[in-house]
Amino acid sequence: MTESLSEQHWLSLITFLPLIGALLIIINRMLARADEEENVARRSRWVAMFTTLVTFAVSIGVYYLFYDPEIIGFQLVEEMPWIGNGISYKVGVDGASILFVLLTTFFLPICILASWFSVNKRVADYMIAFLLLETFMIGVFVALDLVLFYVFFEASLIPMFIIIGVWGSPGTKQFLGREISARVYAAFKFFLYTLIGSLLLLVALLWMYGQAGTTDIVALQTYQFPAGAQKWLWLAFFASFAVKVPMWPVHTWLPDAHVQAPTAGSVILAAILLKMGGYGFFRFSLPMFPLASAEFMPLVYTLSVIGIIYTSLVAFAQEDMKKLIAYSSVAHMGFVTLGLFSGTEQGMEGALFQMLSHGFISGALFLCVGVLYDRTHTREIAFYGGLVTKMKMFAFLFLVFTMANIGLPGLSGFVGEILPLIGTFEVNSWAAILATTGVILSAGYGLRLYREVMFGKLTNDKLATIRDVDKREIFMLGILLLMTLYLGVNPSPTLAVFSPAVDSVLEIYHTALAAAAL
Amino acid sequence: MNLLDYINLSFPEIFIALAAMALLILGVLIGNKASREISLGAVGILVIAIFLTSFGGSAQRVAIFDGAFSIDSFAVFAKVVIYLGAIVAILMSDRFMVREKIMRFEYPALILLAVLGMSIMVSATDLIAVYMGIELQSLSLYILAAFNRDSRRSTEAGMKYFVLGALSSGLLLYGASLIYGFTGATGFAAIAEGAANSTNIIGLIFGLVFFVSGLAFKVSAVPFHMWTPDVYEGAPTPITAFFAAVPKFAGMLLFARVMVEAFPSVLDQWQGVIAIMAAASMAVGAFAAIAQTNIKRLMAYSSIGHVGFALMGIAAGTADGVQSVLIYMSIYMIMTLGTFALILSMRRSEGMTENIADLAGLIQTRPGLGIMFTVLFFSLAGIPPLLGFWGKFYVFFAAVEAGLLWLAIFGAVMSVVSAYYYLKVVYFIWFKEPSTEFEVNNGAAVSVTAWGSTLAMVFGFVVAIGPLRVAAEKAASVLF
Repeated sequence: MTESLSEQHWLSLITFLPLIGALLIIINRMLARADEEENVARRSRWVAMFTTLVTFAVSIGVYYLFYDPEIIGFQLVEEMPWIGNGISYKVGVDGASILFVLLTTFFLPICILASWFSVNKRVADYMIAFLLLETFMIGVFVALDLVLFYVFFEASLIPMFIIIGVWGSPGTKQFLGREISARVYAAFKFFLYTLIGSLLLLVALLWMYGQAGTTDIVALQTYQFPAGAQKWLWLAFFASFAVKVPMWPVHTWLPDAHVQAPTAGSVILAAILLKMGGYGFFRFSLPMFPLASAEFMPLVYTLSVIGIIYTSLVAFAQEDMKKLIAYSSVAHMGFVTLGLFSGTEQGMEGALFQMLSHGFISGALFLCVGVLYDRTHTREIAFYGGLVTKMKMFAFLFLVFTMANIGLPGLSGFVGEILPLIGTFEVNSWAAILATTGVILSAGYGLRLYREVMFGKLTNDKLATIRDVDKREIFMLGILLLMTLYLGVNPSPTLAVFSPAVDSVLEIYHTALAAAAL
Repeated sequence: MNLLDYINLSFPEIFIALAAMALLILGVLIGNKASREISLGAVGILVIAIFLTSFGGSAQRVAIFDGAFSIDSFAVFAKVVIYLGAIVAILMSDRFMVREKIMRFEYPALILLAVLGMSIMVSATDLIAVYMGIELQSLSLYILAAFNRDSRRSTEAGMKYFVLGALSSGLLLYGASLIYGFTGATGFAAIAEGAANSTNIIGLIFGLVFFVSGLAFKVSAVPFHMWTPDVYEGAPTPITAFFAAVPKFAGMLLFARVMVEAFPSVLDQWQGVIAIMAAASMAVGAFAAIAQTNIKRLMAYSSIGHVGFALMGIAAGTADGVQSVLIYMSIYMIMTLGTFALILSMRRSEGMTENIADLAGLIQTRPGLGIMFTVLFFSLAGIPPLLGFWGKFYVFFAAVEAGLLWLAIFGAVMSVVSAYYYLKVVYFIWFKEPSTEFEVNNGAAVSVTAWGSTLAMVFGFVVAIGPLRVAAEKAASVLF
């Protein structure tokens, strides 16, 4: 490829392409007459589908043509003046971010497809929200300026708030002695929980800006903050990312948000939004505050291990399928934090791998629940039973994803769990041993879910006429199955992409630790 | 410098004063039937004043009238924003005033006089000039609050505002006299010098506290905020819009100038006072608004909270701090005018409505209005990338830089609390099922203001924040 072509504004293009689709939908919606609601809905679906597919195609193209996995450091960097005084518009990718950009662009068409029939009120608004969300999510992963990152990071709350609150599931709950809509409760909880973490991050960010005079991430990664200040900065960043990951005990927003969100919302939440937390730890906490990261490692480990065991046990007790998977997500993200803070190559690569793999698996599991929910409008485990006789294809797909979630070798979940555990074992064998029980527990609740939903006698009459998965659903789940299988059987190309980024973070980390020890 | 130079440099103010009086005479001669034309005349006068201010005068700092009145880039920045805000406020009120049958020719003239008062406030570098500016502004505002004189609520608002305002002016004046007594000067520079050389500053601090209390009343900072919700609720909505946006802006700028120009040497003494006021304002603004059901009262508490955030910048006491106040208040003014334009659009066949619950399902019945409300309320909550976030960004930065880390963290927590009630409005608009529709016809000025403000919120971070920062930086630098 020629130089000039690879130097175009590719990342900005990928980031802002979805906005064009959103704009088209807005224009269409404004021009439409009141009686054309059906047409608007149909066109919005197609425009959203087309936009997300183009975005995906462009991102894949950029990845294969212009991205060189061998290079250490950031590629496809674009820099433009923005606010001035050290704050600029700067984007770029490295091994740790490019695959998450791809994960985002990959999941959006699937989300649109998943909501094709199940969302039929205010479709245009729904699609606009998803397209906006896509821009913000890609922005988070490509931003190379801390302020820019923060803007995208927090902006993603707005569409998600609306998605949960408007298209979430019906139902009420008791709150402070009043009967309120459960999805509204979940939307507020999601928003406010995440906001408080992010605002502490903002204060830390401003302090760093004052010290370093710039918010360029590359410059900040090599800027050595004083050891005393690192602790506070680390804690502020931790407040934000720990909520996002989420880590025990600040995970309680997640089950609510997951349960109430529409299927596609849960998929995005599990597959991508949670990854922003892990990505943040990797991109900021470890390289920028290496001393504090090392110092607070016991804290992270304690919380992760408690999180893994506690949420796995909680998952056992769930009566709601989505809630069960949500708790399992918290447990699986525990491996990510374990791996990241181990300071070992296996641990970190494994953590990033687990983030990717968990994206596919949990996304797929939420889609599976969505398949059932579309047919029966309930997520209660007790409602089901004996589905295997009626839904053979679904039984197969669901089984594979359940197994992947449990960590069956040959599927991606296994690699994503074993690598962080190896890394953890090197630095803290007790944490690794305790965390391993989480793998066993996950088999427990995963198999329980599968048995109660799929096996047994078909006792509920309402299930007598249930349809098996149709082509659209097979297509969505099939692609995810292939990805899970590919990552599980042949993880090394993916790990090789992560490797340069992990190496550079490790180098900063260990150099700083060695310097501090002297 | 001779008298001609004085007139030349203060010409925008002289022009507004003369024009306001001319409009009054014209109004008396023609009567109320020409009040719309007089409104337009006032707008024209303000447009001319903008040109006079930005192109006349001097780029350097010039102090005239024995140092009582300064023309510098800080004052020019402030005046341009004040005039623009007043123009929008006058244009927005036209349709409303006619419908409510309170369109009278005194209205634009009173606004002009208030604007003149504010002009003097932001240029004043002498305590007496400060007091003159504040009184001219306040007296006009008292009348404006009671402008709907047949309405009990409006009259009550005006009365309350007047009684408490008079009290606060008394405090201010008492403080000024103490400051004069202990430093022997009323000019800012001389006070600063006197304060720096004085060994016994207790008396000065005593006066300063009174003075700050008076100013805090004018910008409705806690604990001097009690009047705000009642006056906001009682005054006719376009006048509330003017109250919330323009005098607040002028008051904060005056506040900033007094503190950093006259009392830089006793920064340690007043920093704590302002910081605590800032924290208290943020807290009251955040918690008290939660229970409100009337959107004008909600905006009153919201404005108290916003003043708290802006005070953070003053508490920093640095050039960055003043710069952040300028940025914050400018953005706040755009947001507030936009929000009130939307409140003016909340009209049903039976009349205006002010209940938040009436917004239910707005996104379905009036998508445009719903989007504007959503954007502006997310912006008021300070969610990026909307412009409201950038105001917070700079005041937090100033506070962190000045070592007021606790204040910044407290502010962060309070923004989360206040996000709750902003989200509650969004909740009504998006999550609730529709109720009765609003009427469509509210006048072009209201729609243009609302859309303009919304677009500024959405695209401001691309186009506006850079230039705004540069302008504010330039304006703030003359105070140091």
